[in-house]
Amino acid sequence: MGLLSDPNRRKALTGLLTRLNTPICIVCYLAGIVWFMGLAFEPFTLRTYMSENAMGSTMVEERFSSGERALSLAKEFDAHKRKAGGMPVEWLVKAMQSRGLEVFTQSFSRKLPFPDENKERYMVRGTNVYGILRAPRAPRTEALVITAPCSPGNTNNQAVALLLALAQYFRNQIYWAKDIIFLVNEHDLIGTQAWLEGYHHTNITGMEYSPLQGRAGSIQAALSLELSSDVITSLDLVLEGLNGQLPNLDLANLFYAFCQKLGVLCTIQGKLQRNDWDTAEGYTHAAQTMMLMVLKQACGRSWGDHGLFLRYHIEAASVRGINSFRHYKTDATTIGRLLEGMVRKLNNLLERLHQSYFFYLLPSLSRFVSIGYYMPAFGLLAVILLLRALDLWVHLGAPALAAVDGVTEAEQPSSPGVLTVLTPVVISHLTGVALYLLPVHLQEMAVEHFPVSETEAVVLTAIAIYTAGLALPHNTQRALYAVVMVLLSPAFTILYCVFIYQELIEAPVSVSEGWMLFLSVISQGILDHALYGSLVYPLLALFIYPCWLMFWNILFWN
Amino acid sequence: MDYYNLLTTCAFIHLLVSIPYAYSNYVENKAGQFFSSGHTNNWAVLVCTSRFWFNYRHVANTLSVYRSVKRLGIPDSHIVLMLADDMACNYRNPKPATVFSHKNMELNVYGDDVEVDYRGYEVTVENFLRVLTGRLPPSTPRSKRLLSDDRSNILIYLTGHGGNGFLKFQDSEEISNMELADAFEQMWQKRRYNELLFIIDTCQGASMYERFYSPNLMALASSQVGEDSLSHQPDLAIGVHLMDKYTFYLLEFLEEVHPASQANMNDLFKVCPQSQCVSTPGHRTDLFQRNPGSVLITDFFGSVRKVEITKDTINLTSSLKPLIQRSGSGDMQIESLTYVDQLPVAEIIHQLTPDQFLVCSRRWTEQSVRVSPSVYVQPCEKPPYVDSSPSHAPLCCGG
Repeated sequence: MGLLSDPNRRKALTGLLTRLNTPICIVCYLAGIVWFMGLAFEPFTLRTYMSENAMGSTMVEERFSSGERALSLAKEFDAHKRKAGGMPVEWLVKAMQSRGLEVFTQSFSRKLPFPDENKERYMVRGTNVYGILRAPRAPRTEALVITAPCSPGNTNNQAVALLLALAQYFRNQIYWAKDIIFLVNEHDLIGTQAWLEGYHHTNITGMEYSPLQGRAGSIQAALSLELSSDVITSLDLVLEGLNGQLPNLDLANLFYAFCQKLGVLCTIQGKLQRNDWDTAEGYTHAAQTMMLMVLKQACGRSWGDHGLFLRYHIEAASVRGINSFRHYKTDATTIGRLLEGMVRKLNNLLERLHQSYFFYLLPSLSRFVSIGYYMPAFGLLAVILLLRALDLWVHLGAPALAAVDGVTEAEQPSSPGVLTVLTPVVISHLTGVALYLLPVHLQEMAVEHFPVSETEAVVLTAIAIYTAGLALPHNTQRALYAVVMVLLSPAFTILYCVFIYQELIEAPVSVSEGWMLFLSVISQGILDHALYGSLVYPLLALFIYPCWLMFWNILFWN
Repeated sequence: MDYYNLLTTCAFIHLLVSIPYAYSNYVENKAGQFFSSGHTNNWAVLVCTSRFWFNYRHVANTLSVYRSVKRLGIPDSHIVLMLADDMACNYRNPKPATVFSHKNMELNVYGDDVEVDYRGYEVTVENFLRVLTGRLPPSTPRSKRLLSDDRSNILIYLTGHGGNGFLKFQDSEEISNMELADAFEQMWQKRRYNELLFIIDTCQGASMYERFYSPNLMALASSQVGEDSLSHQPDLAIGVHLMDKYTFYLLEFLEEVHPASQANMNDLFKVCPQSQCVSTPGHRTDLFQRNPGSVLITDFFGSVRKVEITKDTINLTSSLKPLIQRSGSGDMQIESLTYVDQLPVAEIIHQLTPDQFLVCSRRWTEQSVRVSPSVYVQPCEKPPYVDSSPSHAPLCCGG
């Protein structure tokens, strides 16, 4: 007889399950955690390699030389930006046209659900300017995008200038097989979102934009530039995009290959690579880099302007120049050459990047952990749920056995009616829905009654609804469990993550600063969901919070 | 003293007499060598099987062999060039209309007068085998046919991506070594070649000639089974590898060869040893009847015409007599001394009945074919141009 159809063996198996349930669960949990943390240990990782054949092994000698001209252009751009008090649209249009691009503009506007205190904006109106470099001999079926944001103040002037210098250099070459779009977007992510929606004829976030007059083919890859100083000491690669989506690993490999070729110092998560993997510091460094990537993906926010491209299956990454007052400096010409090399390799592509991994973790720029290696850790954690469910099921079946065995001592406990079970479930989910919908809708009412700003109103309403869900008649005997439950609730998890994140980026904060950060995280989450369609806030409010509330209910079940 | 004088005089006379003999022996040897290969025309089938920009080097390989072969005398009408992709006009080529084989753009193998017979998606396994075996539809133009006969020496050069026992065509299909061996056997049975030199430059190329079983085949490959053929130099302006190592050194070797060169196959076997090529080139000569040392490079790579001067008259009329006799008897209407029609017009127009129709045996056996009770026909000589489509009954050829 089979294992599960033989009653003796089945009883033995279920007995094992019920007896050893807690130890097995603990072992699984610890194994999952150890497995995950062990992934950062270098011998367990693989070296990155270029998977795409078309991007091959031969590098081209880069000839870009107008780095200095780009820097002087940056000053000009800055002056015009100040004069225009925003995006100098006419100057940009003229600059791009004089470089031989087909220039178009797109205006957009968006009213945020509540004011954004981090970026100080509420009613956003802006213009995107983009120029298309048509491939001289190729049909206009595919395109590459290089984008630089136009930010207020002193930031990203050099990025826009380098973009224009590259455009001029690229215009003189004849080996382009794809059109290249040079995009300067205003209001960073909002501008990019408007442009992408206009390009792909969608409207998923309620943005108002003018339709795009000029178009190239389907976009194969995109690069976003962020450069704020004339002299750069290192280049940081930002991969995490909206909802934790990552570009194809080949894009990171391409960046790393060119960093090595040109001798530029390259970092990921702002951390340099270390060579001493067998020491404790080396291991913690790699583990920190990996955990930072996990946290950044978990928060669902797009960490660079490239993040919104990923939704349209366009592989994109952001390259950020960092000036950290190191001795060894890189000039703008080398960065231009790095970008030239990357774009030239992307030009050789015949299909979209698909050969390498889409799900991975990078403990450093030259080592990666693919999903096949880190999923078992989560699998082990998920097995605990399965074991617990099996345990409950076996116990549910056990009273029936007791009744069959012999004299029934007490009357069989009456099976709970559907209504008694359904009510807490429905109430939990309704609370979740309330947590999702009400903060934004009730902000006017809150502002009327309380002396708070709109943003604070939204955040505080959310916290209020969250805490209201805890209002159940509680048993003081279960106070310990109650405290543990509260400490493991989603809100507190987010609070811990905030502190851990600050620790990992080596900028630890005090408790009060952490609390303020936590509040801003909540408001940013709601805004990200409203503006770009990030799914973290709905996931937390509609699924995780109700589940936690139901556990809270069970804890105090009488 | 007299005796000694006589002896020396005899020796001297003997020497004088033997010199012309030695000289004529020498001339005979030379003449014998000159006619030893037995071929009268040369063909070349050069195939590049891979497409895409990063396979630039395969096109450059094929074009460099094409260039050598043309330089040594084989005309375009006798070369079937198959290129699976167009590198010269690829959008990514920073020097359009050129294909370079040496870095720093030293040698443009594309040139001005390249004639590509099969291009792009026409390069398929089916077309390649049809070219080899001659089974092409009647509408195929002459430039796309391998019109070789039993006195042709054929050079076949293949390059691309390959593996153990196969060669990849165009990223979508493969030709196996058995198929290739069978195609060569078909060629042998149809007397489509005198001798055939097969060169392949792919990874694990030696596996492609393992299965040959037809006579008069010599094969060279750039690497053994389990080895990869490596590419030679990248060009930093174009951004691709320009040539494969084996063909690069083959090209360098061939650049030294001129039409009167006496270099033989043993020199060709020495091209690109492992120290230069990293892979081990291999060759196979067991099916070849002549000694490779006596086979000249120009026997396959060039088109050295052999001229035989004769002072006797040759009687051509004797074999015509039986035909002329037969044409006098009865109502047989045949046309002698004509070329074969491309289409079976004669059949349709004359509407002959089968037993009145004179049929030549097309099987190359020694037996005569009995046509009518009293007449036997000798096996025909193969005419110069025969339409080999099997759709209609073979007509008798003249002569």
